[in-house]
Amino acid sequence: MTAITDLTARQAADAIADGHLDATELFETYRARAAADDLNAYTWVAEQAPAAGAPGPLGGVPLAVKDLFCTEGVPSQAGSRILEGYLPPYTATVVAQLAQAGAPLLAKTNQDEFAMGSSNENSAYGPVLNPWDRSRVPGGSSGGSAAAVAAGSAPWALGTDTGGSIRQPAALCGIVGLKPTYGTVSRYGMIAFASSLDQAGPLTRDVTDAALLYRHMTGRDRRDSTSLEHPETIGLPTAQRLDGITLGVPEDLTGEGIQDGVYAAFEATLALAQELGAAIRRVALPHADHGLSAYYVIAPAEASSNLARFDGVRYGRRIDADDLTSMYTRTRHDGFGPEVKRRIMLGTYALSSGYYDAYYGRAQRVRTKIAQDFTGAFGEVDFVVTPTSPTVAFALGAKTGDPLAMYLNDYFTVPISLAGIPAISIPAGLSEGLPVGFQMAGPAFSEHRILDAAFALEQAIGFDATAARTAA
Amino acid sequence: MSTEYEPVIGLEIHVQLATRTKMFCGCALSFGEPPNTRTCPVCLGLPGSLPVANAQAIHHGLMIGMALGSELAQRSIFHRKNYFYPDLPKGYQISQYDEPLCLGGRLGDVRLTRVHLEEDAAKLVHVGASGRLHASDASIVDFNRGGTPLAEIVTEPDLRDATEAAEWLRLLRATLRRLGVSDVNMEEGSLRCDANISIRPVGTTGLGTKTELKNMNSFRFIERGIRAEVARQERILREGGEIAQETLHFDPRTEAITSLRSKEEAHDYRYFPEPDLTPVAITEAMLDRARAALPELPLARAERFEREHGLSADSARLLAFRTELGDFYEQALGEDGSRRAEPQPLANWVANELVARLGADVDPADSKVAPQALARLVALVSAKEVTQGGARQVLDALVAQGGAPDAIVAAQGLGAVGGADELDPIVAAALEANPDVAEKLRGGDMKPIGVIVGHVMRETKGRADGGEITRLVRAQLGL
Amino acid sequence: MIDREQVLHVARLARLELSEDEVGRMATELSSVLGHIERIAGLDLDDVPATTHVVQVENALRADEPEPCLPREVALANAPAVQDGGFLVPSPQAPVTP
Repeated sequence: MTAITDLTARQAADAIADGHLDATELFETYRARAAADDLNAYTWVAEQAPAAGAPGPLGGVPLAVKDLFCTEGVPSQAGSRILEGYLPPYTATVVAQLAQAGAPLLAKTNQDEFAMGSSNENSAYGPVLNPWDRSRVPGGSSGGSAAAVAAGSAPWALGTDTGGSIRQPAALCGIVGLKPTYGTVSRYGMIAFASSLDQAGPLTRDVTDAALLYRHMTGRDRRDSTSLEHPETIGLPTAQRLDGITLGVPEDLTGEGIQDGVYAAFEATLALAQELGAAIRRVALPHADHGLSAYYVIAPAEASSNLARFDGVRYGRRIDADDLTSMYTRTRHDGFGPEVKRRIMLGTYALSSGYYDAYYGRAQRVRTKIAQDFTGAFGEVDFVVTPTSPTVAFALGAKTGDPLAMYLNDYFTVPISLAGIPAISIPAGLSEGLPVGFQMAGPAFSEHRILDAAFALEQAIGFDATAARTAA
Repeated sequence: MSTEYEPVIGLEIHVQLATRTKMFCGCALSFGEPPNTRTCPVCLGLPGSLPVANAQAIHHGLMIGMALGSELAQRSIFHRKNYFYPDLPKGYQISQYDEPLCLGGRLGDVRLTRVHLEEDAAKLVHVGASGRLHASDASIVDFNRGGTPLAEIVTEPDLRDATEAAEWLRLLRATLRRLGVSDVNMEEGSLRCDANISIRPVGTTGLGTKTELKNMNSFRFIERGIRAEVARQERILREGGEIAQETLHFDPRTEAITSLRSKEEAHDYRYFPEPDLTPVAITEAMLDRARAALPELPLARAERFEREHGLSADSARLLAFRTELGDFYEQALGEDGSRRAEPQPLANWVANELVARLGADVDPADSKVAPQALARLVALVSAKEVTQGGARQVLDALVAQGGAPDAIVAAQGLGAVGGADELDPIVAAALEANPDVAEKLRGGDMKPIGVIVGHVMRETKGRADGGEITRLVRAQLGL
Repeated sequence: MIDREQVLHVARLARLELSEDEVGRMATELSSVLGHIERIAGLDLDDVPATTHVVQVENALRADEPEPCLPREVALANAPAVQDGGFLVPSPQAPVTP
């Protein structure tokens, strides 16, 4: 007999709809597993199942939500000590929308502080462990969400991606992560890291679940000026073949320090794609190599401003002092972790008088060039494909001493974020016994086509993720 | 002989717009409600909240730009102005920077630099020492005002003295009030003015180091503040010192000028485009709507009053700059061109007699005096059917209970004692009763004529016209 | 690249207190990252417009219609210090005579 937790979210929703499974039982099963989690994937777990109501199209399958999303009356701490115990008076649009569609809140997941990190070691609430190997990181910043789904303590989860924060942990934990086109999911209620890049997306066991969750996340929100209606309906994927599809491998994005095992898995996936009928060709993205530089100006600059509101006046931690300036500086010294301080400093510097043009101004122009590169590439190929991360999950503590080495994890994901286009990471085999992610990016609003192609590849790859679930 | 200096003054005016809701959220604007009862996640700067711009504030901004002859931007964006202060919930103010809604323009003799939109800060109330905070000085923040839409109007440094600055500001206020985009009440802070002030030797054209005098909340303080700062700068230069570029506060009570920020805090606002707001692209429909909403503006109205009604320049400006007086005057005159009364006397009655009775701040439209009634009264005076004195009594009655002048005149017997037939015997009696005065008058000494006029006035209960009495006295005495 | 003085200046702008230890570490780490970033200095970006928004949305405006506000006790619920219905803070520095 199949255990409840072996069902994908879609299978569970179908079972509930068919009357084979009770939604409350499903919630309770996951609630118990989440409460017993020993990966430090959660910062809060619901105490009881919601009162049974109309199940909605998502059938009542419970959802784990990255702590970055505000949830009314439920701690929303964004992995930061400065928001310890913070109970928002409102719920993020996308969380409310999904609950309405039948995915009630199961738990809040651990994350890098304010989504700044690629290893989840920057959480004030301790690092998250990778269910494939507890001595390794799950990736970040949506590491809690990725680890929870991989370990089978949540059916699916919500994450956010600013420079790779959904795709990279999905890759390192052997699950599926979709970063949607910027603007297709409301950011209202998502605690901001870098406003022009932040985007919410699903972390799921398979591509079908990603499509199912994402189709209920989209929509123009009148509370988010930058949100828009998705021009296409997201259907559940069905493709078995990739005939007529051309995958572009960027010749300029060879990367530094890409591991042999990761490269081998990537090549093997390309070979599988060809067997499914896809054509492979090299494609030029001449400015993508500068993505990290532009990103590490733009994201910290916006972050330095977004995080100015944490001043100890209206909410969050405060260190009392006799004078206002000391209250501010001590509150922020005490409340923020080292990586957040580093980025606030970097961003403040990049915006400061005399440096704006050289840093922020230039970075925004590089951003334009990178977006133009992708537009050019999509004139020649359907999707641009890369490894999601240059490495498999690395050991806890391995990169904490060298910020630049940590930033290089985002080498393949960041240019796509800058261009605002959608990309998916799917598991594409193992290297050293650890999952490797395959990233596929398409033009703006091409989510449905990406999901369809990823589905065909997923079937061909046949990745087995049960090792992570049974480990728990 | 010491150098003569000339002040160079530019103004920055913040106007609270009279929208229903705040600039970036749906909270209703606050009018003295208890603290922190007009807030939401957006205007409290709660984590995760996002701004959405108020379409009506942009409409008001366009109306201001059109009224001031500005160039309206086709595309306009918001920036973040980053600095820390407890009245600023996000650690930045959303404002416009290098792509404002309106550029350039002119009002009267003063050129404008720009008009842009932004959000107001919250209110900070000093509460003195608080036990909660180590007995140090404390303040309380009230976010009700935070997020109120503001238009910032910046002038070129075209003003040359304090009086001129205050006069121009009155013109601007009248224009904004006429537009209906703001309450423009300085005491309540819906119109606030900063002045950029420098001085230079007369005859030179360069600009000296300027200081910024902040937040003056009455026309009187603006005049006194600018005068005090000009004097301070002159003193420094005469003593061989240098002006420091800084932000200053004028205390109208003590006339003291103090610096608001120490040097270490030199501002570096790190402006960058607000990523949470998309650009405003002005459409033809938006322009049409703003154009349709534009009323005739005070300067144009004053010119029309002079040109078409023959009013004196002073009367024309007075009525045109106080929209409600101008409206009352025009209604009284007859908007169909019927001219119920002579324009100039009517203007005088509105601007002097009526305002004196109602008080300077009362809109006559809210009084019991109907515009047609005042026009009728002025017409009666012109026709000499009521004397000036009688008419004042009629106006008293109109202010007290309204009604029609003719009825009041009849009821109170205030009709002028007309023609020589009726007055002749009364004048004769008065001369007879005052033989000594009559003697002096006959001898050519006209000074005591007032005694005779007064006598007749008493006898007629003020219904006789002074000029007519004088004419009859002269006739009877053969002068 | 970035020296102690600059670190202290930037920390002041950002209202961040840094320990002596952190100041030194910050100078080293930021210099290393800035060294990487400065590769974009060599790119020819003349006539390239800046991207501030990747979505082409304009005039996403709000009608001027009031919506319910938060009850005051909710607005104040997360505040570290409250007095007389307001958020209590140490007073900003008093003005000084120039």
